[in-house]
Amino acid sequence: MRPFILILLAGLAACASNQASVPPAVTAVQTRPGIDPFADSDPFPSSYRPGPSMKFAIVGATILTGTGSRIDDGTLLVSDGKIEALGTDLAVPAGYSRIDGRDRWVSPGVIDAHSHLGVWSQPETVEAQSDVNELTDPNTAQVWAEHSLWPQDPGFDAAREAGVTTLLILPGSGNLFGGRTVTVKNVPVTAVRDMKFPGAPYGLKIACGENPKRTYGGRGRSPATRMGNVAGYRRAWIDAADYARRWEAWRKAGGAGDPPRRDLQMDTLAGVLRGEILVQNHCYRADEMANMIDIAREFGFRIRAFHHSNEAYKVAPLLVREDICAATWTSWWGYKMEVFDAIEENAAIVHAAGGCAIIHSDDNLVGQRLNQEAAAALSAGRRAGLDIGEAEAIKWFTANSAKALGIADRTGSLEPGKNADVVLWSANPFSIYARADRVWIDGAAVFDRGDPGYRRHSDFLVGQPGQGRRP
Amino acid sequence: MGLVFALSSATPVPSAAQPVTNPFPSTYRPTVSAPLAITGAHILTGTGAEFVRGTILVRDGRVEQVGEAIAVPEGYVRIDGSGKWVTPGIIDAHSHLGVGPAPSTPSHQDTNEAVSPNTAEVWAEHSVWPQDPQFRLARAGGVTTLLVLPGSSNLINGRSVTLKNVPATTTQEMKFPEAPYGLKLACGENPKRTYGSRGRSPATRMGVAAGFRRAWIDAAAYARQWDKWKQDGADPAAAPKRDLALDSLAGVLNGEILVQQHCYRADEMATMIDIAQEFGFRIRAFHHASEAYKIAPLLAAEDICVATWASSWGSKMEALDAIEENAPIIQRAGGCAIIHSDDGLLGQRLNQEAGIAMTAGRIAGIDTSRAEAIKWITANPAKAMGIADRTGTLEPGRMGDVVLWSADPFSVYALAEKVWIDGALVWDRADPRYQQPSDFLLGQPGQDFTR
Amino acid sequence: MIGRLSILLGALSLLLPALPANARTIAITNGRIVTMVGAGEVDNGTILVRDGRIVAVGADVSIPAGAEILDAGGRIVTPGLIASGTALGLIEVRNVEAADDRATDRSDVSAAFDAGYGLNPDSLLIPVARLGGITRAIATPSYGNDGNRELLFAGQAAAIALGGGPILVKRGVAMVLDMGDAGAERAGGARGGEIVALRAVLAEVRDYVRRRAAYDRGETRDYSLSRADLEALIPLVEGRMPLLVSVNRASDIRDALALARDERLKLIVEGGAEAWRVAAELARARIPVLVTPVDNKPASFETLGATLTNARRLAEAGVLIAIQGNGNNRERELRYNAGNAVAAGLPWQQGLAAITVNPARIFGLAEQIGSLEAGKDADIVIWDGDPLDTLARPVAIFIRGERQPMTSRQTELRDRYRSDGR
Repeated sequence: MRPFILILLAGLAACASNQASVPPAVTAVQTRPGIDPFADSDPFPSSYRPGPSMKFAIVGATILTGTGSRIDDGTLLVSDGKIEALGTDLAVPAGYSRIDGRDRWVSPGVIDAHSHLGVWSQPETVEAQSDVNELTDPNTAQVWAEHSLWPQDPGFDAAREAGVTTLLILPGSGNLFGGRTVTVKNVPVTAVRDMKFPGAPYGLKIACGENPKRTYGGRGRSPATRMGNVAGYRRAWIDAADYARRWEAWRKAGGAGDPPRRDLQMDTLAGVLRGEILVQNHCYRADEMANMIDIAREFGFRIRAFHHSNEAYKVAPLLVREDICAATWTSWWGYKMEVFDAIEENAAIVHAAGGCAIIHSDDNLVGQRLNQEAAAALSAGRRAGLDIGEAEAIKWFTANSAKALGIADRTGSLEPGKNADVVLWSANPFSIYARADRVWIDGAAVFDRGDPGYRRHSDFLVGQPGQGRRP
Repeated sequence: MGLVFALSSATPVPSAAQPVTNPFPSTYRPTVSAPLAITGAHILTGTGAEFVRGTILVRDGRVEQVGEAIAVPEGYVRIDGSGKWVTPGIIDAHSHLGVGPAPSTPSHQDTNEAVSPNTAEVWAEHSVWPQDPQFRLARAGGVTTLLVLPGSSNLINGRSVTLKNVPATTTQEMKFPEAPYGLKLACGENPKRTYGSRGRSPATRMGVAAGFRRAWIDAAAYARQWDKWKQDGADPAAAPKRDLALDSLAGVLNGEILVQQHCYRADEMATMIDIAQEFGFRIRAFHHASEAYKIAPLLAAEDICVATWASSWGSKMEALDAIEENAPIIQRAGGCAIIHSDDGLLGQRLNQEAGIAMTAGRIAGIDTSRAEAIKWITANPAKAMGIADRTGTLEPGRMGDVVLWSADPFSVYALAEKVWIDGALVWDRADPRYQQPSDFLLGQPGQDFTR
Repeated sequence: MIGRLSILLGALSLLLPALPANARTIAITNGRIVTMVGAGEVDNGTILVRDGRIVAVGADVSIPAGAEILDAGGRIVTPGLIASGTALGLIEVRNVEAADDRATDRSDVSAAFDAGYGLNPDSLLIPVARLGGITRAIATPSYGNDGNRELLFAGQAAAIALGGGPILVKRGVAMVLDMGDAGAERAGGARGGEIVALRAVLAEVRDYVRRRAAYDRGETRDYSLSRADLEALIPLVEGRMPLLVSVNRASDIRDALALARDERLKLIVEGGAEAWRVAAELARARIPVLVTPVDNKPASFETLGATLTNARRLAEAGVLIAIQGNGNNRERELRYNAGNAVAAGLPWQQGLAAITVNPARIFGLAEQIGSLEAGKDADIVIWDGDPLDTLARPVAIFIRGERQPMTSRQTELRDRYRSDGR
């Protein structure tokens, strides 16, 4: 049990430097765990521990670094769970196991910037497995996806076998504010905290357009229109700004007097206003994205990425100027009105404009071939005259995703010192025939196509019919 | 524990405003009975000890002595236990007897106050019907103490009550004196199905977690108001307004009320542990806990009991991974394993259910001795219920809650021949005077037999 | 002993190459064989199995050359257990509707609903039940949840095997019907209403049998039942298919007896919480009863007389009884239910009979299964103790001569986590 916390005049230290003025006579008021949202900002801390990391060298491979470089006949050295070095003329030091990379390609671990694995688990047709949409109020900023996440979703294993090492798991898009996201390492575990990406910032899932207005308009509640959507966001941000101000005032007074009433929903929104929580905004249409940018400016926060954002190509310069990533697909289009104008070249156009393009999945099948989805976008872009190299396009599901998730300083590219999240592909990953042969997370092997010992089945599939014959 | 109200040494304030800790006190009085000696029996004490030809003395309602070379003093009622077994009274750590009585007519359904995700204000004892015929059936199965809980439709379902399994007319006459209250929490499918289907929160597991955290934030603020009031001199005129639901929650934060949490999946149990950490309380036991075996070391380290079944599995998705060896695996990890019933039939043969778990463990190479396995239905539930200092084992000074079995209690053939509570005989298979049915069955058809 | 036995059994698996069961001769030796038929119990006996069938049982069976030998180490050997009134093969997870095929909501498929269709041999529940020594089961339909529909019959039960070949053994082993509280509720709210409706329906079937050709020409009055339901009920009215009635109150059992007598139906009583109160009448009418001996709760007003002694009292009165398991995922507790009946006074042999030979007789399967004698299917279980006790487990299970794996999804989970609990 944690000891209850005495707020003993947090301001004292600051006051001490000012010898002239006597600290105000503030009564130390006992508070209790959980009352002050600032006192314990990480109540569900990551307990992820990397697996045993070997020293190894992949030799003779084509390496796409995720920084824009391509190294032919390259060598990659990994030690202590980190990228140690990479280049063409690297000697393999003694004690490193050699992995033959000839005719094979190496990329950073795949990062899926939009996934519902674990929160909408297989078997997905079973109602009990759906924990993705808390469709009980347009604002459920108080819910956290990690509390829905079932680590036994068989989809995690399938994604790992496809090279996915990190995922952003989001709540659904039925509400204006869907709740907090969670960033996970794709490792097999029993408890969620054991897969949480250490130190990854939280995200807040916001949704524009048709989904919330259909969900609530259909029940005769607001929002029923897009203008209702906007009113809903702004009302919430007004409340959040007021909430943040009251807590700041209380803290500035050294915790004297009754603390403001804590509100779990407002905690999350205030976290966005303080810049600690990243906005991940489901938004399809260009005009709506522009409105969302204005709202962000009105309340002084930033949008980190628009998700789906099928009309990003229409406002590419705006997104570049605002430094907002566009996470999208290539092939999906037209299943509802707001996605009618989707084009295959979306990512390529955003990229060519100097923006941060991301290929995401939102789907447990696409999530197993983000490389192919990116290849389709690359190919469409080239046919449209946008000359983009594979060394650049690899960023769409590695470095750029890491940037949107706020973890680019740790993963997403193969640079010395970064986490050794690595995929060894059987061929050029932009080929439909490429398979992830081996996958490492923090230098620890998590998948090896040649070794059945790595073909983990989630607990759910243990002993189920057909598992013995699973390819 | 008890950290806040305990801080105050001020005189109690007789005010309706201040939470009264015990407004429905126990009126249970043990029946005075002659000293008792069971000799030559195979005794499992519930402490891990085993006496193959042992004697137990019970006097003044308490266990006096247990061992092999014990002389029986003058004046004791002697019972020949040769060929028979003796254990502590069976404790069912998860029962709905009295709140979900038989017959299960709608008017009898007093288990689930499924009207709001948080009904911390309801107390199971106010639903208990002492004439539930199942109390007697449980007595015939050797059950001397029960934790009666509200259902699991809500996140926070209400207070549990600990009962002595004695025939009674009022619930107060059954209440285990000075047993701490429990608060029944529920994870997973039940609350999300109950409220999600009504378009209310929680509809998902993340909604479940948010609902809990909201409630604890409110409880912490409420408890703090009272802290402050005490610190400021406990002026009755300035007392905060009482809130019945927050009373229960604040009781948990103060360490006075024990959390009994219905939770099946390993990942959800881990989340619940984090929430408890966040708000500074402890979870006493996870109930059902079908996946406890997946996180046995965590539960052992957190000192959280696991109350589970052996045979029940797969009735819903969150119970799909239940295995028979759950209790033995917890036991081997150094944890507190409990076999519970949650069912009026199973509650009559918790000993057999423990036998099934023990046998499954043996087949799997996880051997548990009978002397250890008996704890699953005696000492360990007593621990989870906060009454281990009074019952659950046959140690000198403990309550004389004793069962005399016809055979090895883990066998399907074992019958509880005699059952004592506080040294008083409450069940005797050979004597109809100790088999009386509840009021409900008097004069009903089909009662002309000895059950 | 256990260690030795498992070594012996392990060695056996080496001796058994991947031959089809019907191409092998297997001798189970040194068993305490509880045959459930004339030979009674054979100590130190041998069972000879060829082509999936038992060819000899006894103390002096000569073992042909080339037979694979399994030394049972003096352990108890019984017929495979038969679970009646189960949902095995029809259900996966009770709360997941898509995985529950016990009932239809179609109003034109009542008596015609056939549990023999849609059976899933890969169901996770089957290995779990099998590890409880169960080799055969009666897959039984139940009623849907649509309360607005009057549906007299739940449908027809099917006999299934839990391994060793196709799952379906025999269709139409019983027509299933609720009477008492549940039946009355479904038939308009009163018991009398259901009985009148039943008699009317049976009269319709008899009329239909006589006037089938006219029916096809559209020259009969309108029947309340669909053609499929009418056809399905012909074996019932002709006494070729038993009517399995779920009923508990003594007076309801008497009503069922009267209905069967008047309509000349073959009756099986299921549930029968108060059957002990009308035991003599049941015995006189030779009506078998399927009981769940542990069901002693006065759970409703029709089960106030529920008692642990039900099975014993029925057996003492000469009623043929079969003992049921605890339903769905909990069928493996079948043998414990029999053990509890024994603890309440039923002789041990009769307890075992109630989960082997008796259900075989009741459902017309005794020619193939339920006992260990020449000519029967080789459904055989070797136990490491008393098969009715919580303290014992099967160590080897054969169905139709085929050795069954001793694993289930549950044992695989156990093995994944038992080393360190992770």
